[in-house]
Amino acid sequence: MTDQTKIALPTTSRRRFLQGAGATSLGLVVGFHWAPRNAMAQAAAAPTMMNAFIRIAPDNTVTVLSKHLEMGQGVYTGLATIVAEELDADWAQIRAEGAPADAKLYNNLAFGPVQGTGGSTAIANSWDQLRKAGATARALLVAAAAEQWKVPAAEITVNKGVVSHKSGKKASFGQLAANAATMTPPAEVQLKDPAKFQYIGKSVARLDSRAKSTGTAQFTIDVKLPGMLTALLQRAPLFGATVKSFDATKAKAVPGVVDVVQISNGVAVLAKNFWAAKLGREALAIEWDETNAEKRGTEQILAEYKELAKKPGLPARKEGNVEEAFAKAAKVIEATYDFPYLAHAPMEPLDCVVTYDANGAEIWAGDQFQTIDQMNAARVLGLKPEQVKINTLFAGGSFGRRANTVSDYIVEGAEIAKAIEGRAPVKLVWTREDDIQGGRYRPMYHHALKAGIDAQGNIVAWQHRIVGQSIIAGTPFEPVMVKDGIDHTSVEGAANLPYAIPNMSVELHTTKTGVPVLWWRSVGSTHTAFATEVFLDEIAAETKQDPVALRRKLLTRHPRHLGVLNLAAEKAGWGKPLAKGRLRGVAVHESFNSFVAEVAEVVLQPDGGWKVDRVVAAVDCGTPINPNIIRAQVESGIGFGLSATIKPGLSMKDGRVEQSNFHDYEVLRIHEMPKVEVHIVPSKEKPTGIGEPGTPPVAPAVANALMAGTKQVFRALPLPEAVTSA
Amino acid sequence: MAISFTLNGRPVTLDVDPDMPLLWAVRDEIGLTGSKFGCGMAQCGACTMHVEGQPVRACSTPLSAIAGQKVTTIEGLAGKVAKAVQDAWVKHEVAQCGYCQSGQVMSAVALLTENQKPSDADIDAAMQGNICRCATYVRIRAAIHDAAKTVRA
Repeated sequence: MTDQTKIALPTTSRRRFLQGAGATSLGLVVGFHWAPRNAMAQAAAAPTMMNAFIRIAPDNTVTVLSKHLEMGQGVYTGLATIVAEELDADWAQIRAEGAPADAKLYNNLAFGPVQGTGGSTAIANSWDQLRKAGATARALLVAAAAEQWKVPAAEITVNKGVVSHKSGKKASFGQLAANAATMTPPAEVQLKDPAKFQYIGKSVARLDSRAKSTGTAQFTIDVKLPGMLTALLQRAPLFGATVKSFDATKAKAVPGVVDVVQISNGVAVLAKNFWAAKLGREALAIEWDETNAEKRGTEQILAEYKELAKKPGLPARKEGNVEEAFAKAAKVIEATYDFPYLAHAPMEPLDCVVTYDANGAEIWAGDQFQTIDQMNAARVLGLKPEQVKINTLFAGGSFGRRANTVSDYIVEGAEIAKAIEGRAPVKLVWTREDDIQGGRYRPMYHHALKAGIDAQGNIVAWQHRIVGQSIIAGTPFEPVMVKDGIDHTSVEGAANLPYAIPNMSVELHTTKTGVPVLWWRSVGSTHTAFATEVFLDEIAAETKQDPVALRRKLLTRHPRHLGVLNLAAEKAGWGKPLAKGRLRGVAVHESFNSFVAEVAEVVLQPDGGWKVDRVVAAVDCGTPINPNIIRAQVESGIGFGLSATIKPGLSMKDGRVEQSNFHDYEVLRIHEMPKVEVHIVPSKEKPTGIGEPGTPPVAPAVANALMAGTKQVFRALPLPEAVTSA
Repeated sequence: MAISFTLNGRPVTLDVDPDMPLLWAVRDEIGLTGSKFGCGMAQCGACTMHVEGQPVRACSTPLSAIAGQKVTTIEGLAGKVAKAVQDAWVKHEVAQCGYCQSGQVMSAVALLTENQKPSDADIDAAMQGNICRCATYVRIRAAIHDAAKTVRA
């Protein structure tokens, strides 16, 4: 990762080269860019763009340009693995870095004409594209060697980065690249037979491990430009409040403070360093206009949601006749479940660096929605989108937070840069308090479930009402992701419940509050998996059925759900007796086209406390690209989900968020992390996502374990700290 | 008021607000950015440095408190324990987003310098102050045990 860990200033030849390459690249076959011959000739010692995704340098390094943000999910390594495989490169010569913003070259094929990362789509949408990119670049290298050696291309082999001919002639990629890029690319390329994969499925080493273990990896907060000022923004104490007036006299008197400016979201203090900016911000006197602010508390909002759930909502799924089935049922079971607002709290608080003048702007960020951020920044700055250059750096976590369609933190940075007329580069830093209280939370939800059971104990009717805010309403994704009033992300995991139940009704009440909301690792499944999987275990208990046996019975038409369920159950020793005080629970859930089952083992302590000791997970995410990264993502997803299982969420009183930092918005720590075993189902299906799918099953698996050993039901997150054993 | 201390083996003198936290003095004034800002109130450990060999949350340590002392950051880590820890971190592919890992490594090096055969409970006690939102804890634990073996060998 040597390239990635350094910030190149705009004067480097590589950057110019890339900009030039991007400009000539639009509208070509399969979205690739083929560099013109003269550009190659001019740049004999410069690296060669083989296409939009692959750059080969004379030193024989191959750099894969990642259209996706590396935020920890291992995407640089995963995408580079696909390229290296088809290119027959040596893994040691592979590097990766963030691609520039470009909706035509680097759009997410799952999103349409938008470059962005989310929904666990990075590998899935890049699979065919990067295989083709790698295979095409390989064909060009072979063609260059064939021309140079005057031998038929069919006689040339490529292995671990060495191009060779039986005559003994050999060349490296670095030696061939400049000529190769001038060759005509083949119309069709042969992709590799998966039986011959040497990197895919083999856990090649992550590209970013060393840099991230030695403090040399470069994040946005580490960017330093000459004359740069650090900006802290004082935002409103209530969502929807605005600045009425402010007095900056005391703030400006703080040594190191250079300027104070008002922007849409509040008042920004610019200073020579973070500390001065922070002291300056504390010295601001601001009067807020709270006329249009959200002033309800979370208790009040939840009470309103509970009332709504008593009435039918808009249909998200309707099968059979639920009313009739309930009328005929021998027994009806009902339960409601509550979920709080949650902050993402990535370890690197939101931040960006912006330089700006009349001719253009440049932004450094752990940018998750590159072309959306580019457009929003351009609008604010009065520029064309192509005048805004986005440099995507490593993000210190995101979990969805950096991907928002209003580009909140990027727009703030741009507005501040504009307010000082570009006199200095601006680094906007959110503090942890800004992050916890700054909104764009996982929405609060309330679920009401009702099941009809016949005399034999079969589930004959299922009614599921979901109440909560829409993440998508009002965003550019609305036309695609909201259909007939149903935001897909509010009901995912519930509307597609796989269980064989003849009469089903899934309904949605979409609410409006002034609290900004956003997708949070695994989105709708953060609450739908809990409500459906815990309710199913309540039914299992009520009808005296084993939770795994019941699921097997209901999943006969869903082999991939069954596959992970059976694997997890087997590896966890489901059905085998447990030591006293040890409990077991299961959950299975599909999200983002991947399937995950988890069995949680919980240990009860004499004082009523409890701890999750072990989680056994089985995952089916199609062809595994890098099993070690898949395991890491499932471990991570489990830890992230467990955090929200045992730690309280956010609360608001009179509209004010009551938590502010990690002392009162607690997150999972090392002593609370269980042992995790991850088993991967072998598959030849196309790869699907793994950044998120590990998260949804853990909370219900833990709740189901507790339910199995106590007389209690668990109908809200977080779970109680103490339980009463049966 | 100028404050002098030793940073990664070299003497430095800074003439800044004595209340400025060590973290920001090192990041903004000296330009070493391996130590990270995560919370500003000694809750997350991303800023962990060693002061006289002890792990310290630099975000909440005023510069005035370290006058005349020896400070080591991730950039200045050296020696057998540091190498063992960082190699184990790479081998176990601990890092995901990586942002907290400088602090994790600093805490782990401090632990293994004191205790070359830590139990799980010792690891919990020493590492509880370091938050990782990617929840790389399983691998942190495995890497510390592995590094301990290397240190003992």
